[in-house]
Amino acid sequence: MAEGTSPELYHARIPIYPRSVKGRFRTLKWGILALAYGVYFLIPWLRWERVVGIPQAVAFDIEARRFYLFDLVVHAQDIFWLAGLLVIAALLLFFVTGIAGRVFCGYFCFQTLWTDVYILIERLVQGERVARIRLDKQPWNGEKIAKKLLTHLLWLLVGFWTGFTFTLYWGNAPDLFLAFFTGAAPFPAYATTLFLMFTTYVMAGLAREQVCTYMCPYARFQGAMFDRDTLIVAYDEKRGEGDAGRHKIARGFKSKSDREVDGAGDCIDCGYCVQVCPTGIDIRNGMQYQCISCALCIDACDTIMDSLNWPRGLIKYTSDKAQHGEKTRFFTAKNIGYGVTLIATVVALIVSVVGHVPVDFNVSQVRQPLFVQMSDGRIQNSYEIKINNKTDRAVPFALEIDGLPSAELDKRQKQHLHEQPAQSLSLLARVRVNPQSLPASPAEFRFRVRPQDDTELPILEQSAFFHSAGNH
Amino acid sequence: MSEAKTKQQGAVQTTGHAWDGDIQEFNNPLPRWWLWGFYASVVFAVLYWVIYPAWPVGKGYTTGLFNNITYTVNGEERSRHWNTRSLLVKDMQTGDEALKTKEYMQKVAAADYRQILADPDMMAFVRSVTKGLFGDNCAACHGSGGAGVMGLFPNLADDDWLWGGSVEDIQNTITLGHTGYMPGFARTFSDEQLDDVAHFVLSLSGHEVPADKVARGKQLFTGEGGGCYYCHTAAGTGMKSQGSANLTDNIWTIADVQGQTELTGKVDAVKTVIRNGVNRVMPTWQGRLDENQIKLLSVYVHELGGGQ
Repeated sequence: MAEGTSPELYHARIPIYPRSVKGRFRTLKWGILALAYGVYFLIPWLRWERVVGIPQAVAFDIEARRFYLFDLVVHAQDIFWLAGLLVIAALLLFFVTGIAGRVFCGYFCFQTLWTDVYILIERLVQGERVARIRLDKQPWNGEKIAKKLLTHLLWLLVGFWTGFTFTLYWGNAPDLFLAFFTGAAPFPAYATTLFLMFTTYVMAGLAREQVCTYMCPYARFQGAMFDRDTLIVAYDEKRGEGDAGRHKIARGFKSKSDREVDGAGDCIDCGYCVQVCPTGIDIRNGMQYQCISCALCIDACDTIMDSLNWPRGLIKYTSDKAQHGEKTRFFTAKNIGYGVTLIATVVALIVSVVGHVPVDFNVSQVRQPLFVQMSDGRIQNSYEIKINNKTDRAVPFALEIDGLPSAELDKRQKQHLHEQPAQSLSLLARVRVNPQSLPASPAEFRFRVRPQDDTELPILEQSAFFHSAGNH
Repeated sequence: MSEAKTKQQGAVQTTGHAWDGDIQEFNNPLPRWWLWGFYASVVFAVLYWVIYPAWPVGKGYTTGLFNNITYTVNGEERSRHWNTRSLLVKDMQTGDEALKTKEYMQKVAAADYRQILADPDMMAFVRSVTKGLFGDNCAACHGSGGAGVMGLFPNLADDDWLWGGSVEDIQNTITLGHTGYMPGFARTFSDEQLDDVAHFVLSLSGHEVPADKVARGKQLFTGEGGGCYYCHTAAGTGMKSQGSANLTDNIWTIADVQGQTELTGKVDAVKTVIRNGVNRVMPTWQGRLDENQIKLLSVYVHELGGGQ
C-alpha cells in the first residue's frame, strides 16, 4: 500500500445539484408525474354509490375483508387475483425492460417521481443549480436558514400528504379526514401516515439516488434482462470524441468544419448532461449501474445541439448493437415470449374477474360417522354446507339435491334460505335414502343452490353418499 | 489519479495496489450513513435487552421492564412480564375474538332451545364452539362424531333415543347422568326359553323367524314368566323413563344385530344380552360443566342425530 493513502472504508455522499432542463423527455416525465399524482392523490376522494360497504370508488376494507374497486368487490376468497396482478406487473416489467431498458426506473418508479417533486421544491425555494451550490457553501445566515427551513418544511408537507393519502385508501376518506384531524382516527392511521411521511422525506429528500444505487434490488437484477438489443441511453462516442477527443467551443473550434480539421468530435464538453443527471454520473463514460434511464441528459444534449444547429442525437436512446453498426431487433424470442405470457396472464385474469360467481357454495361431508342407520332403517349422511353471498342484496336460495333418486333432503331449516347482503350462511344438511333403493356406495350426486330471483344461475357442488365402509 | 476521480460520482477508487503492472484492486467504500445505521442497531440491541426479557442469569433471566401482561387463572388475576405465552393467554381471554365469542355465548345463553334451533347463525356458532367441548368431554366414549361403540356406548348420531331425544331430555341426561340397567335372565329362563324370547324380539323389528318360537317367546315376554313388558312395554317400544330400548326399530346399541348376516348370529347376539343383562353408566356432568356448556352440548347432541 502506498504510504499515507489508506483506502476509505466509508465516505459521505457527494452532493448532487441537478440542473433543470427542458425537452421532450422532461415534458413526457412531467406528464407521467401529473397523471400518477392525479390518480394517487384524488382517487380516494372519488365517491361511489354502494348498497353495502364504503361509498368510495377505491377502498380497501380490511375489517370487512373486502376490497372495493369501482363496481368490483374483491373478497378474501378472490385474493388470488392479487397474485395475478403481481404476476402481470412482473411480466410487464420484464417485457418492457427487455425491450427498452430501465423505463420503469426512469419514468414510473415512485422514487423517481417523488424525487422529481422534491428537487422541484428545492429549485423553487433555493434557485437553480448554481444558486444551490452557493447556498450550501455560504455560512449559516438568515437567508440560508430561511431557505433551508422552508425547503424541509415543504418536503415534510408533501411527505405528510403522501402518507395521509395512502391511509385514506383504507377507510372512508371524508370520515377519516375528519377523524384524523380531530384526533379520533384509529392508531394505525396515524402510525401509517407518520411512517410514510418520514420515509418519503428521507428517501426523496435526503437519500435520493442512494435508494437506487444502494437499496433497490430491482436495479441490481435488471442486468439479467438486458441484451444487446435493449434500448439504453448512450453517448455516441464516435461522433462526440472524433479522432482527437471532445473539445470546448473555442477559437478554431466553433463550426463543425473547423473542428473536423483538428479531428475534434461534436461534444463541446459543456457538461450540461452531467449537471442535469439526478444520479450525478457522466453518461459519456458509457453504461453505468447508476443510470436510471431518465433521459434528461438526452434533453440537455439536444438543447445544446439545437442551439449550435447541429443534428440531435449525440446522446440518445440506442442499443449496443446499433452502436456497433448492427441492426437492433425487437422481435426476439425472449421479447415475444414475455409478450405472449403477459397477454395470456392478462386474459386469464380478466376471464377470472368477469366470470366470478357472486355466490360461493361449499359442501363438505361429515366423516365421523360417515353414515348412520336410522330407526326406520334408512341410511343417513350429513353434510356441512356454507353459502357465501358476495352480492350487495339479499338473495333467497333454495337448496336441492340432484342425481340421488328416492333420497330425502333434510335441511332442518326453512325450505327457502334467505341470505342477507354480503353475508355467509352455514348449515347442516342431511340426506336419507331407503335401504331398498340404495345406490352404489359411494354414490356421486350434486347439491344445488338455486337463487330464487332468477337473476343468477344455479350453483352446483359435487358430493357423495356412503352407506358402507371399506373399498369399492 | 484515484484521488481526482473520487470527487466524481461513479468513479471508482483503487486501493493503490498494483500487481503485474496493471492489475488493480478497486475500493468501493460504504456510504457513511450505513455506518450510522450500524451504530443505531447496536444502540437498539442494548435497549432491547433492557426492555424485553433477554439474558440468562443463573437459573432465571432478565425479565425486562414490562410487567403488565395481566390475565386470570382460576379466577385469580396474574401479572407477568412480557412473554408471548402470556400474551396468547391474555388474547384468548380478552382479545377481540374472545369478546366476540363471549357476546355470542351470552346471546345463546339468553335464548331458549326453540330460538337457538331456528336460528342458523346461532346454530353455526354452537356447532363450531361445541365441537371442542364435545371432544373434551363426550368423545372419549361416544367418539368424536358421536357414533358410539356397539355394545358399550350408544350412537348419538342416529334418531333413536333411550332416554328421550328432545333437547330438554338430552340436557337432563347430560346434567344428571343415567344408569342403564337390565337384569340378566340366565337363572330365570332355560336355554330354550332364551331362544324363544330372542326370536320374538327379532320378530318385533320385522325379521322373518319361525312362528312357533315367536308365539312361545311372546308369552314369556308379555307374561309374568319373563315380565319383559314391564320395561319394554307389551308392544316392545320401550319407555323413556326407564331408558329401555325400543325393540321394534332397526337400531341396536348392545346386541350387534346389524353386524350379523345370518339369523342364528342375530339370535345369539340377542340371547347373550337377555342372558347377561345390561349395566351401563353415563356419569353426571353437573358440577363439571356449567349450565351454558350443558346447554350448548344439548343442542349439539340434538343436532348430531335426528333429535326429536
